[in-house]
Amino acid sequence: MSVATRSVGRSVASHAILLTYATIALFPVILILINSVKSRKAIFRSPLSLPDAETFSMVGYETVMKQGDFLLYFQNSLVVTVVSLFCVLLFGAMAAFALSEYRFRGNSLMALYLALGIMIPIRLGTVAILQLMVATGLVNTLTALVLVYTAQGLPLAVFILSEFMNQVSKDLKNAGRIDGLSEYRIFFRLVVPLVRPALATVAIFTMIPIWNDLWFPLILAPAEETKTVTLGAQVFIGQFVTNWNAVLAALSLSMVPVLILYMIFSRQLISGLTAGAVK
Amino acid sequence: MGSLSLQGIHKSFGAVEVLKGVDLDVRDGEFVVFVGPSGCGKSTLLRIVAGLEDPTSGSVAINQQDVTTVPPAKRGIAMVFQTYALYPHLNVRENMGLGLKQTRTSREVIDQRVSRASALLSLDELLKRHPADLSGGQRQRVAIGRAIVREPEVFLFDEPLSNLDAALRVQTRLEIARLHNELKSSIVYVTHDQVEAMTLADRIVVMNDGVVQQVGSPMELYNNPQNLFVAGFIGSPQMNFVDGSAVGKPDVKTVGIRPEHIQLHLSDRENSSCSLVSGSMVGSIRHVEHLGADTNVYLQCDSAGLVIVRIFGEQHFEAGQNCSISFDAAQAFCFDHRGVRIN
Ligand SMILES: Nc1ncnc2c1ncn2[C@@H]1O[C@H](COP(=O)(O)OP(=O)(O)OP(=O)(O)O)[C@@H](O)[C@H]1O
Ligand SMILES: [Mg+2]
Repeated sequence: MSVATRSVGRSVASHAILLTYATIALFPVILILINSVKSRKAIFRSPLSLPDAETFSMVGYETVMKQGDFLLYFQNSLVVTVVSLFCVLLFGAMAAFALSEYRFRGNSLMALYLALGIMIPIRLGTVAILQLMVATGLVNTLTALVLVYTAQGLPLAVFILSEFMNQVSKDLKNAGRIDGLSEYRIFFRLVVPLVRPALATVAIFTMIPIWNDLWFPLILAPAEETKTVTLGAQVFIGQFVTNWNAVLAALSLSMVPVLILYMIFSRQLISGLTAGAVK
Repeated sequence: MGSLSLQGIHKSFGAVEVLKGVDLDVRDGEFVVFVGPSGCGKSTLLRIVAGLEDPTSGSVAINQQDVTTVPPAKRGIAMVFQTYALYPHLNVRENMGLGLKQTRTSREVIDQRVSRASALLSLDELLKRHPADLSGGQRQRVAIGRAIVREPEVFLFDEPLSNLDAALRVQTRLEIARLHNELKSSIVYVTHDQVEAMTLADRIVVMNDGVVQQVGSPMELYNNPQNLFVAGFIGSPQMNFVDGSAVGKPDVKTVGIRPEHIQLHLSDRENSSCSLVSGSMVGSIRHVEHLGADTNVYLQCDSAGLVIVRIFGEQHFEAGQNCSISFDAAQAFCFDHRGVRIN
């Protein structure tokens, strides 16, 4: 460790700042978690206290589980997220490879066009998207959601990935060409493994908004059999009475799959980074 | 084993013309080295030979067959890159065998060729390792092995030694020379290091600014440079260039004298009996470099500016001493105002 970072004052200050930030960021999450295992009365009486023997209750989770469709909602969310993620990563990486590897007329114009989506939120086009889905008969299908989320995720993916693809050694790709590998083999076998950390980053960036989205499921796929978790949790929020136990339990449960996905990707991220460092 | 012939190769990137008409014939089994300063288009030319880049105009022929539109893998070439460019996910054996595997060569043939190459380069112990677990020199040997396994008509090397340290560079240079002797294959080799060029080449192609300046054997280029650029590029330390008028040759623009062709005499300037005749100058020593086997003396001459003198053996000169120098006019090169050699 260098002398500059060993100074006690500096390290206390930086830890204080990081701890404050972590507390602020984690507070709502922890609040949801502890209240999801308390009885309804306890939630309202002392929302900040930890559950004890008296206030502990799994009634929220029981309600959620009894509402048989919830497993289906989970499944829908997972299918939509994973399939969209796959499409975004595959097509994003392919587009990024083409843009960074091949010189063709209109290359930079194409890159600009693809990057435009970063600045313009896709929700502005909701009405047109809905018309499109009605016309193609895709309303109330998961396909509709997958298509929209793929479109939503692609611009940032292309933008970030083409930066990284530029850094993959030209010699390596050329060596592959001399050895007679097809462009697809060069892309999948040589380039993709080397940009794995970037892919993981893009995956995390893409996944969270898709999982959490309420807007497009509500508009494009509100039917019972295509509901996602975020939409499903709304049944417990009534106009007059809200079943807080169930809402909190549903929210807690819905964190689990994203956490798992996140851990998978972030492990890739770290192993990718260290692989580069010790090379 | 094969010949290579380039005709009228031009290459432009947008408005920038990088290669301005290159013609060259490489004979069967010849070792040809391209040298030139950074950015003069050596790598671009090599990539055009390999088929990784299309020439704007001109044609490439290997073994008398026009390959200008043939993809790299089918040209019968193999290339060794400056950055090694080994496949990180494959071990050494697979790295070397991949090219053959792509052409559906049988397992036995691949194994046989890989073991021959690995014996040639003493890679036997490393065959199971991955590129990340190899040292720089080992990686470069694997890259060379990968090229050998393909048994190409022409080997292409793009500055293969420039990422290695000095000792390893000499060792690998010898290795490449030995390989050329054993394989008897045609090699096109790019470098900006003139020592590499002089020691390895059958013929050297000196390039500058996308134009071939001179082609010839190493000693031809050393003894008989056609122009100022070649004269300055071949030889170390660089040839001294002085104004013709400074050495009593007002009819030539520039006179070039190699540092090793100058004699240095200590003198006391005041009672120097040496008069300023053609082929001799007086000046004072600015700086002395002791290299062990020889000594480079930097001399500030009254008439000619800074002159480098290379003297063999250990010499005791010091900065500030006054000297006179002389040289044999027969060993000097004369150039006209366009930089072209006058005989
Ligand atoms: N893809 C490209 N687009 C535009 N210009 C390029 C491209 N590739 C090379 N150039 C230009 O062509 C010129 C020659 O490049 P090249 O790589 O052949 O030089 P070089 O002689 O190999 O130099 P070095 O010794 O530094 O490797 C350079 O000025 C370079 O900027
Ligand atoms: Mg180069």
